[in-house]
Amino acid sequence: MPALPRTTGLGFKPQHFTDMMATDTIGFIEVHAENYMGDGGAPHAMLAALHECHALSIHGVGLSIGSAGGLDRDHLARLRRLIDRYQPESFSEHLAWSSHGAAWLNDLLPLPYTPETLATICAHVDQVQDTLGRRMLLENPATYVTFASSTLSETDFLTELVQRTGCGLLLDVNNVFVSATNHRFDARAYLADFPLFAVGEIHLAGHDTEDLPSGPLLIDSHGAPVADPVWALYAEVLARTGPLPTLIEWDTDVPDFATLLAEAARANAILRDVQRPQTDAA
Amino acid sequence: MQPDSHAAQQQAFEAALWQQDPPAGLSAPVMAEVAQRFAVYRNNVQHSLTRALAGRFAVVEQLVGPTFFTAMARVHIAQDPPQSPVLLGWGATFADFLDGFAPVAHLPFLGDVARLEYARGLAYHAADAMPVAADALAVDDPATLRLGLHPSVQLFTSPHPALQIWQAHQTGGTRAPLRAGPDHALIARAPDFSIVTAPLDEDTYAVLRALVAGDRLGDAATHAEPTTALVLLLRHGLITTIDTGVSP
Repeated sequence: MPALPRTTGLGFKPQHFTDMMATDTIGFIEVHAENYMGDGGAPHAMLAALHECHALSIHGVGLSIGSAGGLDRDHLARLRRLIDRYQPESFSEHLAWSSHGAAWLNDLLPLPYTPETLATICAHVDQVQDTLGRRMLLENPATYVTFASSTLSETDFLTELVQRTGCGLLLDVNNVFVSATNHRFDARAYLADFPLFAVGEIHLAGHDTEDLPSGPLLIDSHGAPVADPVWALYAEVLARTGPLPTLIEWDTDVPDFATLLAEAARANAILRDVQRPQTDAA
Repeated sequence: MQPDSHAAQQQAFEAALWQQDPPAGLSAPVMAEVAQRFAVYRNNVQHSLTRALAGRFAVVEQLVGPTFFTAMARVHIAQDPPQSPVLLGWGATFADFLDGFAPVAHLPFLGDVARLEYARGLAYHAADAMPVAADALAVDDPATLRLGLHPSVQLFTSPHPALQIWQAHQTGGTRAPLRAGPDHALIARAPDFSIVTAPLDEDTYAVLRALVAGDRLGDAATHAEPTTALVLLLRHGLITTIDTGVSP
């Protein structure tokens, strides 16, 4: 199965269809799976045309893989059809839950990290990978609270998950920075413990800042440029991993295409920098 | 269910999203700030679902204003939250909700405006089908033909001037005086993916209603002269199969 190129990709928004078809500086596009689960029409026509000229990452927000209950089998079947139809170079989802029972809560909600939740999520990842017949990537979350019941660190949880299921990881560097700031831990220490060997894609996005009496609370808004400290962490990660497929995520207050290309160009410059020593050594 | 099990924790977390206080068992560097942190999730859930509804019902939002719409959406979301992660299909019950929501009882057309907007969304995502060529209708006895219409085709009718109100809210829409209802419209997706919202007179509506129900052209023509309806369907590529009524 072909992989995503180790260059920069952009989240696709329909208003940028013409620009996205014309650009040759983008290595891949990413779409949310659930936006392409209608029967037909413009969304599918655009996605099919784009996939002719760009590699494709399908990023799910609907599996609720962290549900204590079972996975939604209807949704898994829809996902299977979508992936069979488009044969994307990558499929990823989130370490989070969005539904418990009937209501769909439409947000990525946090999980306690315990042997119990680890077993549940491993079983769900196994089920997804078996159903789709491919390896999936799971994304580290941005969180605003933690759980008193957690007994494992997030990085230990993810490392164990990778070892037990063989899944890969989507490292969202902005999420690391947001969570580290919110829970007052060191993002670099987190990344030192992160199972980087399993990372198949990186996400970069912007965040908002609220002020709590004790200090800042960062909100993972996907509605702003990537912050400077996040760019710095990104460069440090790449220095350890070499180039990785990197997505610029901008989902709310979406700017014009030129602004997105400028963010992508900044990521490309960092990707080229880490490529250089390898080229010299060859 | 164990009281501190994963399932119990998620149930408590979800319940707290609709209530004042955060659930038990959460932690933060400063415990006094747990409520403010949990509020981020509550706001995300409310805001994202409200915006999903506003995206689907843009004219309803314009008619009542964004502040009122947000408050109204919250009532609807709490009563009838989405059941599926595919939000493309959400909103099917919003029009019925508006019909029964006392604070908008003075806007009796609001539910029908929502029905029209929802139908346009269905047309946008409906399955694909290729139109037949116009000359497929050129047969010896067209009265026997049964037309298969594009999956996006829907007929809209309202006792109120709901279509005219919707039209006035489109780019370039005029503020012409409203005529009394009923309003009728054909809603569908053209081959270029544009969404057709075509006003219909009583006769054309009657013919199209018969065709949508599967009547043969001759039977549909008993309601009114069918030319206008056929031209409309052909112009927008909405006839996708033709059954000649002759066994092969």
